[in-house]
Formats: sequence, C-alpha cells, structure tokens
Amino acid sequence: MFKFPVNKSVLGLVLGGVLMTSAAYAGDEMKYGFGVKPSDKEIAGWDIDIRPDGQGLPAGSGSYEDGEALYAEHCAACHGDFADGGGGRYPPLVGGTPNELAQSVRPGQPHKTIGSYWPYASTVFDYIKRAMPFGNAQSLTDDEVYAITGFLLAENDLHDSDEPMDAEALKAVVMPNVDGFVDDPRPDVKNPHCMKDCFKSVEITSKATLGVTPTGEEALR
Amino acid sequence: MGKNIMDKLKTKSRAVMAQAERESALLEPTRRSFLRGSVATMGAAATLGATGGAAFAAGNPENLPPNVPEWSKMLGDRVTAEPYGIPSQYEKNVHRRTVPWLTPTAESSISFTPIQDLHGIITPNGLHFERHHGGFPHIPKEDFRLIVHGMVKNERMFTLQDLMRFPQVSRIHFVECPANSGAEWRGAQMDKLQFTHGMVSCCEWTGVKVSTLMEELGVKPGAKWVLAEGADAAGMSRSIPIEKIGDDCILAYAQNGEMLRPEQGYPLRLIVPGFEGNMNVKWIRRLEFGDMPWHHREETSKYTDTLSNGKSRRFTWSMDTKSVITSPCPEYPMLGKGYHQIRGLAWSGAGKIKGVDISVDGGKNWMPARLEGMVLDKALTRFVFDWDWNGQEVLLQSRAYDETGYVQPTIDQLRAVRGTWSIYHNNSIHTWLVKKSGEVQNVQVSGK
Ligand code: HEC
Repeated sequence: MFKFPVNKSVLGLVLGGVLMTSAAYAGDEMKYGFGVKPSDKEIAGWDIDIRPDGQGLPAGSGSYEDGEALYAEHCAACHGDFADGGGGRYPPLVGGTPNELAQSVRPGQPHKTIGSYWPYASTVFDYIKRAMPFGNAQSLTDDEVYAITGFLLAENDLHDSDEPMDAEALKAVVMPNVDGFVDDPRPDVKNPHCMKDCFKSVEITSKATLGVTPTGEEALR
Repeated sequence: MGKNIMDKLKTKSRAVMAQAERESALLEPTRRSFLRGSVATMGAAATLGATGGAAFAAGNPENLPPNVPEWSKMLGDRVTAEPYGIPSQYEKNVHRRTVPWLTPTAESSISFTPIQDLHGIITPNGLHFERHHGGFPHIPKEDFRLIVHGMVKNERMFTLQDLMRFPQVSRIHFVECPANSGAEWRGAQMDKLQFTHGMVSCCEWTGVKVSTLMEELGVKPGAKWVLAEGADAAGMSRSIPIEKIGDDCILAYAQNGEMLRPEQGYPLRLIVPGFEGNMNVKWIRRLEFGDMPWHHREETSKYTDTLSNGKSRRFTWSMDTKSVITSPCPEYPMLGKGYHQIRGLAWSGAGKIKGVDISVDGGKNWMPARLEGMVLDKALTRFVFDWDWNGQEVLLQSRAYDETGYVQPTIDQLRAVRGTWSIYHNNSIHTWLVKKSGEVQNVQVSGK
C-alpha cells in the first residue's frame, strides 16, 4: 500500500551506507539494562494509536443518535451546530469533495474537511480520542468516540446513520480522498547556480500588506 | 556606611528602570509612525530602529564624556542579585511574538524567534520559537516516563534518570517549522523579519541517540516505522521512517547546556535533524515500532502540501536549503550611505551550507558572501557580505546552496511546480526592498 518515498534525504541515508536493517539491532540481551519492563496494563493505558489497517481499534460501538447528542454536548460550541466550523476560526468537520481541492474548481482556498481531505477514517477515531474535545483530551470513552466518529462520518455521507459505528464498520469506510496523496518528489525545482546576467528584467510583483503584521501588545496575545 | 550607598543605589536603579520601561513601551508604535512619517531625518529614524529607542540616539549627556556616570562611582548589584541571570533591562524589546489571527486559539499557536535581534548561530533558550497544538504542559521530572514498545525484542519503560545514564551526545541543529514563511506563498505579506522567517531556531541538543536505545532493546525484523507521541494535550503523534530514527535522531533532555525549557518539551523531546519541526515531538512519552505508517492527523490533514491540481504531497519531511538577510531588515533599516555589513542566516536539512550569494539587483547578478563562524551539518550558518551602499533603491537577496549542490530557488520556480495553495516548505529566495530613506520592506520579485 505504502511506497517508500525516495527523496533526497532518504537516498542520502541509503547511499551513505547507514541504512539500518533490523539485523543491526539483533540483541536479545540488553547491555545496560536500565529501565523496567512495562506491564501490559501500563502499555495499554498509553497505547492509544490507531492505524488505517485497524490496528489499535478498541472494542465498543456507538449509534448515530448517541453521536449526535455527544457532538452537541462536547463539540458544537467550537465546531458549530452543523460541524461546519460555526463560521468562526475552528476547523469545519463536514462538507466538500476531493474535487473541490483543485484550484480550478474552487479558487480562493481548498475546502479541506474530514470528508473532502482525510485519506483514512481511522485517523478520525485516533484524533478525536487523543486530542478532542480541545481542552479536555482523552476524556471520552471508546463507545463515545465510536458514536461521534460514526456521526461525523455519516454527516459526510460516508457511513449509514442506521448502522452503529464499531471497529469493523470503521475499517470498511473508504475515504473519498484516499488516492489524493503522492509521495515527496523533492528536489522538485532546480535553480541553476547563475552568477551573471541571470535575468534581463526584474519587477516587483507584491509588497508586504499593510495592517496584517501585529505590533506592540497585539503580538503577545 | 555600606547600607547608605546601597539604598541610594537602589533608588537610583529603580528610577533608571522605570524610565527604561516607559521607553520600551513606547518603542514599537513610535518606530512605526516615525518611519512612515519621516524621510528627511534618516539618521535618527534608522537609529530608532535599533534597540535603544530615542534614548539610544541621544544618550543622557550626564553619562557621556567628559562626565563620569554614576555606575563608574557606585557599586553595582551583588552576586546572585539574579540567581538565574536575565537579559539586560535595556533589551526588553527582544522577545518572541505571535500573530494572533493565524490560529484559532493561543494554545494551539505559534510564536516567532526575534532573529532580527540575534547574533551568531545559537538561539537563546528563552527565544526559541514555539509551536504547540494543545498548550505547553509542566511535567514534574519524577512523573515522566518514556515507553518504548511494539516491534522491539525488549519493551522498556524509562525514567528521565534512566535515560541520562545512557551514553550521551550533543549536537547543534536547527529546528524549523515547515510553515515558516508560509504566509508568503501567495505574495509578500508580513512586514517584519520576525514574522517572515522567525519559525527557525538553532540550539545545542544533548541526550541519548535513539539508535543507542534500538541497539539496547533489539528491533524486530520487519519494523520499518516508529510512532513518536507526546504527553501534551494534543497527544502530538508522527510516523518516522526507521532509517531516519536509527541514523541521527536524539532523545534530548538538554538545550544549550541546561535542561529543556517547558515550551521546548521538558523533560524530553525528540530531535529529528533537518526534518520538519513538527516531527521533533516534545514532551515525548512513547516510541512504538511498527511495520507501516500511522497516517495520523498531523501527517494527513496537516503537514501535507496541496498542489494546484488538488493532489497533495505527504511525508514531506526534509527542510530544504534556505537563507535570509537579517541585517538590514524591516526592523533594522539602513543607517546611512557607505559601509554596511550585510548579515544573514542560511541552513539546509540535507547537510552543510556550502555557500551563499548576495544580489543587490533582485537576482540579475550575484556575488559570493563569506560564511562566518561554524559551518555545521543541519545547523544555522552565518553569512556576511561587506557592502558599500550608494544610497539608491536596491532589491536585496541572499541565495544559499548546500553540499548536495541544491541551490535555493526563486518563488516563481516553486510556484511553477507547486502552485500557491501550499502552506509549508516555502524556502524561496527572499527579497528586501531597500528604499532611499533606508527603510526596508518585504517584497516579492519576478525575473525574466
Ligand atoms: C474548545 C474548542 C473545541 C472543542 C470543544 C472541540 N474542538 Fe475540535 N478542534 C479545536 C481546535 C482549536 C482544533 C485545531 C487544533 C490544532 O490544529 O492544533 C480542532 C480540531 C479538530 C479536528 C481536526 C480538524 C482537521 O481538519 O484537521 C477534529 C476532527 C475535531 N477537532 C473534532 C472535535 C470533536 C469530535 C469534538 C468533540 C468531542 C471537538 N473537536 C471539540 C477546538 C475544539
């Protein structure tokens, strides 16, 4: 699924002969022995990450109705009643299509939301569980995160609101922009090291905008 | 007798301090309106741009030759008057600044390093730029744990003390937020150097190499990626390829000789040399080895680069070669015709800076600058250029190239490939318009 990007820095590592294979770290015996072996329970308390293949998804499930109510209670104050960002500065969570990411279709600004931009549904569960609600992170139960994830995906027409959201249902979601990403092709520009007569003419195309740069106390807010 | 002198001294220094405070409060608005309003009094305007304000320009005659100032007669402060030393009270204007409208909250926000005020290549600890996604926590060192698990033979949990027992390394590296200069993609925007380029800093980082832990714990065959995760309220998480983490990455507990500042990840952060700042996970609590990337929010929704056709680049880790002139700049305009040493910073995520060129005609012709001081791998590097300014309007630029042969591109070249929807990785040649008045303005140019 994932092709390793061959960019300059990675190539440098490989060609430099320092490519680390697992064999370089074959040790079964520890040399220093510092630290302790964490218990499964200790690891489980912190091991909250979810991968696109579903690794890490906990047991549990949540309904659309629960998700709607939980969203209203924990999320709407910032992201808006309709999860459209509420017209404020918080990110919108619904709307848009990958099509609207192209400049020709939607000049101004790409319309980036979970539905239009995020390549994997697993990331929605992962991020809500680790970071939201903003200011009270890691406070929701797994059932609650499933319910809210299901609600947001349904609002983006990516999940059937009659079906509960759980690990299997989440793994089945194919995000519209899953093929919207390419690996890093840099260096993608080559500026010749020209020293003399590099241009015939040079014109100023833009100047710093007045009024956007904060001054005084403004810059400490 | 001693007590009398001390009392007198204290009253005196309180008065001086109060005066300095009044001046520094006035400094910023004064500088702006002064520069806009006045062209004729160039000399005074330019001096005002420097740190001391009006007092700096004139000075207090009582303290100037042939008079002997108070501080030459009376004892100064005792030792440990400041147990942890602080900058001079006359440098109060040198501090981090933010742009409130850039982000939704002040906890998930950015502050910029005042690179216009700094010298050499090391960023003082209190001035390192900040980028937090959920505010910065204050973690007691005894309550810190790092868990290393997943595809390793020995899963392990470390205290800070455990980690400090491992063999130690110290390296000087820059950290740059990939959104540095991000506001300039569609055109010149900010009119201060601090805001166009201040999301880069450079420190000596001390800690244990991740490769030391990998050798100690044993990585299982098939492990290709590591998830680095922070203990902050954002739970910052990034996937890092094992080739990189096993090469030069450091779990750092110290910064410029002292333990990390809370804003910089106290008590432990990851340093991923030359890669985008966001991957240098602060307050790190977990390293999980795995066989595929996690595609978390900060490597899908954010820190990806959308092209004009709507496709986006992902895993754009390396910070490309970049440079900027720090003197003159909008904050510190030209002081008059004649000699001016152009100074600036250059850096590359791919290795060492090989050289920097200067143009005074917007990129038509270039002259080599001199690298000054230490030239280190993936570190800020100083360049200088001895310049004789004829007082005419010029378009001043610097262009860095690194040891891989990569040459810093123009904004036109970047836009031709990437369009203008990117936020990240703008490493284009930067242009200062130096006006006849000596004022310096951020502009963009196009050459044909
Ligand atoms: C106090 C305000 C606040 C509340 C309440 C809140 N959020 Fe957020 N949310 C934010 C902010 C701020 C960000 C951006 C954080 C950043 O970029 O560092 C964000 C980002 C997000 C994102 C990522 C958006 C993107 O496109 O990258 C998702 C998804 C999200 N929130 C979901 C939720 C959910 C679900 C809840 C309720 C459980 C919630 N939020 C509650 C403020 C809030």
